[in-house]
Amino acid sequence: MTTDTISDTAVLLKRSLRHILRSPDTIITTAVTPIAMLLLFVYVFGAAIKVGSGRYVNYLLPGILLITVASGISYTAFRLFTDVSGGIFERFVSMPIARSAVLWGHVLTSVVANLISLTLVVLVAVAMGFRSTAGPLAWLAVLGILLLFTLALTWLAVIPGLTAKSVDGVSGFSYPLIFLPFISSAFVPTAGMPGPVRWFAQHQPVTSIVNTIRNLYAEQPVGNNAWIATAWCVGLLFVAYALAMRTYHRKIA
Amino acid sequence: MSATPAIETAGLVKSYGDHAVLRGVDLSVPSGTVVALLGSNGAGKTTAVRILSTLLKADGGTAAVNGYDVATQPAKVRASISLTGQFAAVDEVLTGRENLVLVAELRHLTDPGGIAGDLLARFGLSDAAGRRVATYSGGMRRRLDIAMSLVGDVPVLFLDEPTTGLDPQSRIEVWKTVRQLAGGGTTVLLTTQYLEEAEHLADRIAILHEGRIIADGTLAELKQMLPPAKVEYVEKQPTLEEIFLSIVGNDSPVQ
Repeated sequence: MTTDTISDTAVLLKRSLRHILRSPDTIITTAVTPIAMLLLFVYVFGAAIKVGSGRYVNYLLPGILLITVASGISYTAFRLFTDVSGGIFERFVSMPIARSAVLWGHVLTSVVANLISLTLVVLVAVAMGFRSTAGPLAWLAVLGILLLFTLALTWLAVIPGLTAKSVDGVSGFSYPLIFLPFISSAFVPTAGMPGPVRWFAQHQPVTSIVNTIRNLYAEQPVGNNAWIATAWCVGLLFVAYALAMRTYHRKIA
Repeated sequence: MSATPAIETAGLVKSYGDHAVLRGVDLSVPSGTVVALLGSNGAGKTTAVRILSTLLKADGGTAAVNGYDVATQPAKVRASISLTGQFAAVDEVLTGRENLVLVAELRHLTDPGGIAGDLLARFGLSDAAGRRVATYSGGMRRRLDIAMSLVGDVPVLFLDEPTTGLDPQSRIEVWKTVRQLAGGGTTVLLTTQYLEEAEHLADRIAILHEGRIIADGTLAELKQMLPPAKVEYVEKQPTLEEIFLSIVGNDSPVQ
């Protein structure tokens, strides 16, 4: 049973990785918007933003990475939607294969695609002067948080992928997620924001995740932020997974 | 092979909200036959097929495929069937060969490459095997779709409106394929709104109207249902279209 799940997932992962390989533009478009924001904020607005002693690109990168993931997962929703609307989804679920493999194939593809996009964005940031002296352990922790965040948002993306009635509905859901980092500590410190906005910014998940990643590669103590960030990611992952699975089981009766 | 019918339903009921789609469908498809489920748009043909292929739960009644209950043994049912839905369920990004290999791998068959090669040859797709399916014509896509359903030699095949939206040429190609299948002993339940198609392909024809099977039999048996008085005046044998309209009642706009 479990070996079937793994081998069926592997077959379906291979399939959707082929999709990415044959339309690499999906990875490039995923990375283009965050890279454009990186350029815009560092070279245009950056001079007017006071973030303390370090370089602004160092301050900005974590938020940009989260935006990269948020725009990347809309392709996962899109690929799933294409399967559902095209009929191959029905073929898969009417076949004697492990039921969860149909979703896991897409979810793991999303992880791979996002890792590639994230790498592209980091490389551009390095070219723009991003530097970190953090050791492999800190970077491993950064990778871990980004993976958790990607998994959580990917399972969230599964829901519109399964239920959307049109392509517009599929891509629309990720806009709020892309916008969320703007009302956080991702671009500017929260201290200068007016009361209610600041309260929201300090208590929404992006701020704790961004602060954790920033402190990790700046070799600063992460403090409570790391636990809050992990709790947000894991909590979001559980809720998104449960909702996605419920949607899936409803859909396949 | 045995007396157990390949497909058997009793009192199958399904509603969407207030709208009753199936109002008690009783259908028996003997093993190794081709049965056409004939009905107009919205008659519930697709709903019936979706229940039989475990994609949808019935509200009431029972259905068994290959001897397995669709509600209580869905995994066994899925191992016995292949579904070719209304829209060609193929992966457009992959090549024809990759599509077939994909299905063979998911069915855990040995030598997926060999199976794919055989089916490509059988369906006249060998030349297009290495091309992405996005470049295929509607007819080629449908043939690949049906070929994908044949991977693993399942005993029961559902073809839901296999020729809808196809040009006449492609339709004839699909018909040829189904006839070959019938020769091979596969049980085929095909739905269609084309009377001619049912007449050409099916051993038996079941007419689904307003959620019930209102007629079920061979073409010859159905022909006997026409009032004999009418037969005296026609020179030609009645077409199935006339039979259909006669027993369905003339409330349809077709004349």
